[in-house]
Amino acid sequence: MKRLSTLTMIGVALLVSACNDKGGDTLAHGADPKLPAPQRGLLPSMKIAEPTPWGDQKPTVPEGYSVTAIAGDLQIPRQTLVLPNGDILVAEGRGGNAAKLKPKDVIAGYIKAKGNTKVKSGNRLTLLRDADGDGKYELKTVFADNLNAPYGLAFADNKIYVANQDALVRFDYSEGQTAAAAAPTTITQLPSEINHHWTKAMTISPDGRYVYVGIGSNSNITERGMEAEVDRAMVWQIDVNTRTYKPYATGLRNPTALAMHPETGQLWSVVNERDELGPDLVPDYLTSVREGGFYGWPYSYWGQNVDPRVKPENPKKVAAAIKPDYSLGSHVAALGLSFSQPVMGAKFANGAFVGEHGSWNRANPVGYKVIFVPFAGGRPAGEPIDFVTGFRDANGKTRGRPVGVTVDPKGALIVADDLANVVWRVTPNR
Amino acid sequence: MTPVTTATPAYRSQPGSPPGPLHAIFLAGTVPLFVGALLSDIAYSNTYQIQWSNFASWLLAGGELFAGIALLFALVNLLRAPRKSGQPLTYFALLLITWVLGLVNCFQHAKDAWAVMPAGLVLSVIVSILICVTAWIGLSQRIPHAGGVK
Repeated sequence: MKRLSTLTMIGVALLVSACNDKGGDTLAHGADPKLPAPQRGLLPSMKIAEPTPWGDQKPTVPEGYSVTAIAGDLQIPRQTLVLPNGDILVAEGRGGNAAKLKPKDVIAGYIKAKGNTKVKSGNRLTLLRDADGDGKYELKTVFADNLNAPYGLAFADNKIYVANQDALVRFDYSEGQTAAAAAPTTITQLPSEINHHWTKAMTISPDGRYVYVGIGSNSNITERGMEAEVDRAMVWQIDVNTRTYKPYATGLRNPTALAMHPETGQLWSVVNERDELGPDLVPDYLTSVREGGFYGWPYSYWGQNVDPRVKPENPKKVAAAIKPDYSLGSHVAALGLSFSQPVMGAKFANGAFVGEHGSWNRANPVGYKVIFVPFAGGRPAGEPIDFVTGFRDANGKTRGRPVGVTVDPKGALIVADDLANVVWRVTPNR
Repeated sequence: MTPVTTATPAYRSQPGSPPGPLHAIFLAGTVPLFVGALLSDIAYSNTYQIQWSNFASWLLAGGELFAGIALLFALVNLLRAPRKSGQPLTYFALLLITWVLGLVNCFQHAKDAWAVMPAGLVLSVIVSILICVTAWIGLSQRIPHAGGVK
């Protein structure tokens, strides 16, 4: 196998250097993106940006805004939660236990790992506190550990909900607490077999009765078999009192962040779409999630565009597939979603912040930033605006990769960076 | 008079002579690996059961490894042959073509799910036929100028 993998790597290098399918510099955004025909050479385009430290550098934010690192040396920070007293919880970890089924998995896994942190999974929640409100988070302490790749976080009725990669758990909380009093209660198990896409995104209904958990597919496009996709690529609605659940919406390949729109109470999600159909397919998207809705995966994408890689076909499901609301561009890997508030400043008062982890399946990398999608009347309205950039340096090396974004009602955007293992805080100057 | 051979390790055949045992094992071993990949591809296209496609990928990878080692032996034999033409050249060229097409087939099989098809199946058929012909020719090489053997 060694021989083959060396040859393949040479092949990959040749392909990337001699590539004529780099994809456009501008991405198809909005409700009606232009979709090119699928294409895929003998080898997939892979471009992994080599990591480099931030050093003295910081991300770039719009004029009139400041950015500071409020915590470092974390163990893979993913999502954050702002508690009522202003304390910030950070979920840290890495999950997944997908077996390598083909020679390709061995090689692609090796290449992709080069673009990620080497730090071990924290499997814990860290609490950050700024007691005097000066913007410096002087307290950094472990709130809870021995978790299993925690990702989704939610708070209601003095309970903290944590979506581990295999279970939904709950901590009792009283204001001011800096460490959990006891081990958490398990509300329900979550699908975790294989866990190709392991992140369990989560949000909670305003009344605190239902949590919504995003469960990603167990493959790119069913290459682990249809049997592996039972209970995958969907959003569950879980009643936290009765501990019953139901699929709320399906066909969402990898719903990596969920949020409730503050005015309409509508559930929204960012979803990562399938790879290896070319640099400008398939757009990752931001969409309202309709109860009972089917969003296409695996049979089709962006409505009724049939994916020929899926056998047996299912024309009925294709016909039923809902077109998502808003394209974020292909391969940007949106992993964070948070609705804004007027305290973020006039230009960014109404809309959604989206953290984009960045591409691998594209010769010309995209993502690696936090964008703002303006909303009007509870719907996306207009082109996205860059909000936090500079995660790749001038030489194309990667200093950080944004994951979760959370609007702090005090007037800040909290951004988790899982490459530099830092939490950034962006505030409007006043 | 029988020609006197210089000390030759057992694993190495004489110039222009039939493959030695190790060479023969790798060459002949490639046949069931590539044919096994073809059978797995046929099973996948009939059933859509992904595990057959996984089997095909690994059988092809094994076939490439075996064929690659046989190819090195064939190259050395060719370089050491008194006349660089005829059977040693035909055998080497066929094995090289088989190996390159096999590598293309490996990449084709690295695509996800049904994206392997139909090109993967077509390539497996071609590579299977080629390796059978190549092994046949490679293993039936005669010793030139050897007394008593015609």
